[in-house]
Amino acid sequence: MLETVNRVTRATALAATASAGTPEIAPLPDAARFALRLRPALASEMGAVAGFPLDLAINSASSGPRRSIRLGPDEWLLIGDAAEAEAIAAEIAQAFGERFHALVEISHRNVGIAVRGAHAADVLNAGCPLDLAAAAFPTGFATRTLLGKAEIVLIREDDAPTYRVECWRSFAPYVHGFLLEAARDFDGAQT
Amino acid sequence: MLLIPCPYCGDRPEIEFRGGGEAHIARPSDPQTIDDQAWAEFLFYRTNPKGLMAERWNHAHGCQRWFNALRDTVSDRILESYKMGEKPIGGGRA
Amino acid sequence: MAGRNRLPKGGRVDRSKPVSIVFNGRTLAGFAGDTVASLLIAHDIHFVGRSFKYHRPRGFLSHGSDEPNALLSVDRGPGKIDPNNRATVAEARDGLVTHSQNHWPSLEFDIGAINDVLSPVFVAGFYYKTFMWPRRFWDSVYEPKIRAAAGLGRAPDAPDADRYANRHAHCDVLVVGAGPAGLAAALAGSETGKRVFLADEQAEMGGTLLHDLTSAIDGKPAQAWVAEALAELRSRGNVTLLPRSTAFGYYNHNHIALAERLTDHLDNAPAHLPRERLWQVRAGEVVLATGAHERPLVFADNDRPGILLAESVRVFVNRYAVAPGRKVVFVTNGASAYAAALDAAAAGIDVTLVDVRPEGDCGPELAALRAKGATVLTGHTVLAAAGTRRVTGLAVAPLSPAGKIGTRKTLAADCVGMSGGWTPSVHLFSQSRGKLRFDPALDAFVPDQAVQAQRSAGAANGRYDLGEILSEGFAAGSAAAGGDASRAFTATPTPTGFSPVRVLPTDADPARVKAFIDFQNDVTAKDIHLAVREGFESVEHVKRYTTTGMATDQGKSSNMNALGLVAGILEKPLPAVGTTTFRPPYTPVTFGTLIGPSRGPLFDPARKTPVHGWAEEQGARFEDVGLWKRAWYFPRGDEDLHEAVARECAAVRQHVGIFDATTLGKIEIVGPDAAEFMNRIYVNGWLKLEPGRCRYGLMLKEDGYILDDGVVARLAVDRFHVTTTTGGAPRVLAHMEDYLQTEWPELNVFLTSTTEQFAVIAVQGPKARELIAPLVTGIDLANDAFPHMAVRTGFICGVPTRLFRVSFTGELGFEINVPADYGRAVWEAIFARGGAFGLTPYGTETMHVLRAERGFVIIGQETDGTVTPDDLGLGGMIARAKPDFVGKRSLARPDLEAPGRKQLVGILTDDPTLVLDEGAQIVADRDQPIPIHALGHVTSSYWSPACDRSIALALVEGGRERIGSEIFVTTPSSFTKATVTAPAFFDAAGERVHA
Repeated sequence: MLETVNRVTRATALAATASAGTPEIAPLPDAARFALRLRPALASEMGAVAGFPLDLAINSASSGPRRSIRLGPDEWLLIGDAAEAEAIAAEIAQAFGERFHALVEISHRNVGIAVRGAHAADVLNAGCPLDLAAAAFPTGFATRTLLGKAEIVLIREDDAPTYRVECWRSFAPYVHGFLLEAARDFDGAQT
Repeated sequence: MLLIPCPYCGDRPEIEFRGGGEAHIARPSDPQTIDDQAWAEFLFYRTNPKGLMAERWNHAHGCQRWFNALRDTVSDRILESYKMGEKPIGGGRA
Repeated sequence: MAGRNRLPKGGRVDRSKPVSIVFNGRTLAGFAGDTVASLLIAHDIHFVGRSFKYHRPRGFLSHGSDEPNALLSVDRGPGKIDPNNRATVAEARDGLVTHSQNHWPSLEFDIGAINDVLSPVFVAGFYYKTFMWPRRFWDSVYEPKIRAAAGLGRAPDAPDADRYANRHAHCDVLVVGAGPAGLAAALAGSETGKRVFLADEQAEMGGTLLHDLTSAIDGKPAQAWVAEALAELRSRGNVTLLPRSTAFGYYNHNHIALAERLTDHLDNAPAHLPRERLWQVRAGEVVLATGAHERPLVFADNDRPGILLAESVRVFVNRYAVAPGRKVVFVTNGASAYAAALDAAAAGIDVTLVDVRPEGDCGPELAALRAKGATVLTGHTVLAAAGTRRVTGLAVAPLSPAGKIGTRKTLAADCVGMSGGWTPSVHLFSQSRGKLRFDPALDAFVPDQAVQAQRSAGAANGRYDLGEILSEGFAAGSAAAGGDASRAFTATPTPTGFSPVRVLPTDADPARVKAFIDFQNDVTAKDIHLAVREGFESVEHVKRYTTTGMATDQGKSSNMNALGLVAGILEKPLPAVGTTTFRPPYTPVTFGTLIGPSRGPLFDPARKTPVHGWAEEQGARFEDVGLWKRAWYFPRGDEDLHEAVARECAAVRQHVGIFDATTLGKIEIVGPDAAEFMNRIYVNGWLKLEPGRCRYGLMLKEDGYILDDGVVARLAVDRFHVTTTTGGAPRVLAHMEDYLQTEWPELNVFLTSTTEQFAVIAVQGPKARELIAPLVTGIDLANDAFPHMAVRTGFICGVPTRLFRVSFTGELGFEINVPADYGRAVWEAIFARGGAFGLTPYGTETMHVLRAERGFVIIGQETDGTVTPDDLGLGGMIARAKPDFVGKRSLARPDLEAPGRKQLVGILTDDPTLVLDEGAQIVADRDQPIPIHALGHVTSSYWSPACDRSIALALVEGGRERIGSEIFVTTPSSFTKATVTAPAFFDAAGERVHA
């Protein structure tokens, strides 16, 4: 429930223009995001909360409109529709009740960028030191890692392949610029 | 660049980690009751072995968990890693 | 046109694609597939550079990356001038412009060549011995002259205009080297679907097989076998071929760095391609098939242009179809040079061979060569080369079995091919910390115990017979892929007879001749003798004293001859002398490749706040704080820093200012044990802090020194909003996580960084409340309802806010936290109302002045990692009744309780207009004898508009006891007198924040 006095507009860290080349590099729309922390035992017990699966393997992501990404034994990154932020927070609070958890909204902390199409992994590997081959980093795999000098969360969303890169707001221009620069290698490539 | 086995995430490049020095140096449970020498040993003295060493690592750009690893300081071979509160099995990784 | 030494047929050059390059202004024709070296040789050009120290004329020694002499500058246009390209590696392409180096005014006439005559001055270790006197010459003469004269080539002075890329990659098997062993390894390794990378430094894969016209493998000519092997590898989807890719560094856990050259060889490089790419490969297993280097022989003037390695003569003839000379004398102590001589003879070149070995020690290769009609002198030594800018002949003499030198005669020659045997290329193996073993039969070090998941194969492993090389490579590739396949190859036998000889016997006075060991560093046998005589017996010492094997050579051509010579002089077996350590890079790597995309805007992330764009539009000047760009001050018109800051300070004190505090670190601490956790991390007590209230917190490291500070708000019983310093944010979170995870895992609390979730707008000054009031909803801003050091949640401009009533200026103030994407809009809404209130944006410099006037400290400015709370006068914040907190025990260490510690005080100069230098030293008495005891130093110093004079903060020994006393502070030229005061200069009682 936002107040209506002098309602101001939201200004995101990146202009929402996708690159023309292959792979496509596209800043993603605003989202509701939460850092959810709880003990692994409670996660197993609950299974899911407010439509966000919790019983995922570490370093994996769920799909669907309410997605959870398990980044560690007791840490989940929740991503939902931007308009649902308040509702998500309320539903989660209600679901846990008095059971120990920590929910912190980070909708504005992160910026999402999609990297999609042929050579997407090569472009990411310009700065990401992980093995991104499908065998090692299949669809549904997700982890915090590095891209050049910035920390990112990297999620493989499908077999296009599409990757979602999440980084902190002030690192977004660097991450975006890094990806565009790396993609120049493939400006002349056949796809 | 080392390849460090995070007990939660598996093998990851060293650049994702932050080192934390020698492991298994327990913080005294009641520091106020121990004398200056004992406190100084806790704070400052490390074994710095040539050979096998248990050391703390934090997967800072990964799961962000602290854990311990057994590393040979001569060859840099990492024999095993284990979660905080656990003991090394000592047999090395398969 | 194609050059008088171009052979009429043969070679792997593409005669249908002519190219021309420019060398020292001359346009020369060649073919695609030529290197710069082969193209120059086609035109009978051998003299292509001057040596490092003596400026002696030099030509090509080798045909590959071990070339020490033929270093050229390549000019591809502005920003693309690249010195020290090995002519034997640089591929000829149309329009390539090259220059020779290391001479002035010209290659042919070089002033520096006087060094060759003055060479007694330039003996081993000359830079430790000469240029010592007179002392006044050090700065004025020696240093600038030596700088100008030293070094190879000239560093470019324009920014590098090329793009460079980086790629992390993973494979199951990395094969380094695509000669026979590497090709066989890649074939075997890729049979089962494992990911295989095959990297080779050359443009074309095949290694030695590319110039082997006589061997057959499995019934096929060697080159046909290579073509089939490569076609097979290309057809396998699990194989990645990386030509022009040099594995230059072998690091921990099979992390191998390769430099791939993508465009230098292209006539028209596509704009999107990087010039070079750094591959950082993590390999499951590595097969090192890096081959071997041929050794020069050591005799007087063995460096004359036209004297090449024997195998290099063969490569130029067979692979590039150029004759390095028309009358070639080969000199050897082994069988391999006979193959070169046979091939040269087959190409119509007049061939003579001098073998140091007695006739009886030679193998069937002797008869084979004589059968072709060539003269072979066995049991002969070479005394010296004739000629200066080009070899004109060799003085040779028979050698009796007792070592007696017979009558000399001179063999005319325009080219010499010498072979002193082979040295396995163990550089990468050695870099990987593998242990070497000396093999006396090979007279070389070979890989012994590998430390990493790796194996060596082929010549790199001391295997020189082609069939054995192929079988070993195949087995290594299979084993690396987890298999145990083997295959016997039918290959033409390779003659491998060899008798180690290092320095050729001579009757000349060794002190009077230059017989080169290390061509690149101009190290002669005489230098090695001198070094050992002066007591440098360790090979590592000899290397550094003489510089042999240093720089790009890394022992490729020089190592075994130097080691063998040292062993001989010391009369020790060679293994007892040992070998030097090979270090990365294997061959030189451009800075661009190492840096990759990390330049310009991608050098470092430039972190900008949501308000940054607005500040830019207002003409703000920025300063770097860590990776953040922070508005430093907002000049109006032509104001300088001091004028702008004076105006901004006055506005905050009298009206209201607005400041971007977004960069402050923020951590949300949530859980039922949150307060207990805070109690253990901070020196303060937190259990009694009510929700809705704030407290200034101070935290220590375990050693008792201050780590960080910041205002903390308790939002709820189980939720704290912690702020940290801008630079301390990651450090503080890491510190907290460390204790939480490793010392107190039982605490039910979690930590989340919210630094970037919020934009933080500080509104400070007497009119702050009036200014923001109409924009705020859901919060009672009245002074008693919302007192200083309180926090409320509500809305501003319709967006949710955590509103702090806090002050770092000493004025009534608010810090407005709003979700970051709303930061600029809220800022602008506040600013739009500001005109009537005299609202002024201010930057970090004004913030610093305002807080210093109040005596508030900045972590990292007043502290340096050795400062305790009591040192800052903040001892009263410590909740001493708490049983424990991080650093508590250390505060009771004797040194931290001792009297005389440096304490924070104010300093007022007698001259109120003098602003001290930060870092200036403080002394009690300027007239003390030197060395004067320093009492401490100035930590902060500003012109204070509120005080209308200069103010300073300082850490001073026993400072609080000195309040009111005089001290002296250093100035750039002298001392100035000042008085010690309490560390607060304005509103010392702190009443204004409660307005």
